[in-house]
Amino acid sequence: MIGSDAFVQALQDIGVDFFTGVPDSILGGIIAELMERRLYTPAVREDEAVALAAGAYMSGKVPAVLMQNSGLGTSLNALISLNVIYRQPCLLIVSWRGYQGKDAPEHLVMGEVMPQFLDTMKIPHRTLSEKTAIDDLKWLAETFMTQRIPVALSITKGVVKGLHP
Amino acid sequence: MQSRAMAMAALLELLTDQPVIICNGFPSREAYKIADRPTHFYMIGSMGVAAAIGLGVALAKPKKQVVIFDGDGNVLMGMGTLATVGALRPKNFIHVVFDNEVYGSTGNQPTISNVVPLEKVAKAAGYVNVERVREREDLVYEFNDMLKKDGPSMLLVKVNEMVEDVGRVMLDPPDITKRFMKAIE
Repeated sequence: MIGSDAFVQALQDIGVDFFTGVPDSILGGIIAELMERRLYTPAVREDEAVALAAGAYMSGKVPAVLMQNSGLGTSLNALISLNVIYRQPCLLIVSWRGYQGKDAPEHLVMGEVMPQFLDTMKIPHRTLSEKTAIDDLKWLAETFMTQRIPVALSITKGVVKGLHP
Repeated sequence: MQSRAMAMAALLELLTDQPVIICNGFPSREAYKIADRPTHFYMIGSMGVAAAIGLGVALAKPKKQVVIFDGDGNVLMGMGTLATVGALRPKNFIHVVFDNEVYGSTGNQPTISNVVPLEKVAKAAGYVNVERVREREDLVYEFNDMLKKDGPSMLLVKVNEMVEDVGRVMLDPPDITKRFMKAIE
């Protein structure tokens, strides 16, 4: 399991310096670490978070938005009509609820279709694993820099340390 | 009551190099026609998030005074952002809402801002200064005052439904991004 402090440090090491989002239990440890480092700006909706990140990007920051995968639905219009159209990149750190059909009912549909959903939106994406983590983050940074659109890293339960063991 | 374009022109006269985020629909098109500046970020879609974009700029550039030109339909759509602004209290945030009580870009369907006073919602959410104005003199006086004060501030400007004869914003969105980034560097 990746420590949430190591994960946050790795994001900072690739240059991320603006963090916003809406919480999810899988992301709990990461958000707690970000708050401890005084790096986190909480948003009330995922599309607001995406727009905050867009404003920060235009002001010279490298932004990351944390959200549950249900938030991809909420933020879809901002991701397409703002980020993609205007070429404003951001890192989407997305918890993959409903992964392999094991979750509460409300997560099952998005959990099943999330990869295809991101493909349809033309958002490049990868799923974080402990083995490939260094490579995953390198890919994330490169895609951000070269394509200038949102790029997503999905995180399944248990890969990054949460609030509860 | 004045038109939004008249009100906007009066405000643009008082601005110089401040970043201005302008919401989608006719407001962006009118601002582009009245005075196109590299410090303007014109939205063409993603309705409801103008204030959130402005908040991102205000947080990342605390020394710059950030102005948002918004509409009643837009504010209602992203009303949660009033709470985020109120909670974070950026001092450099001036939120102008041109309130014509309709969705003007889609055929003047009514919004609900005739019965929901948006500046009172902002005040309750934690905006420091809020004003509702109708006449040009009041508009200029209050906006000048807000430029001098610590915010966040909301200036709600009641305007009529009249729309200027304007074309679309003739800039490619990626160029709007690049130009805006360079101008506020």
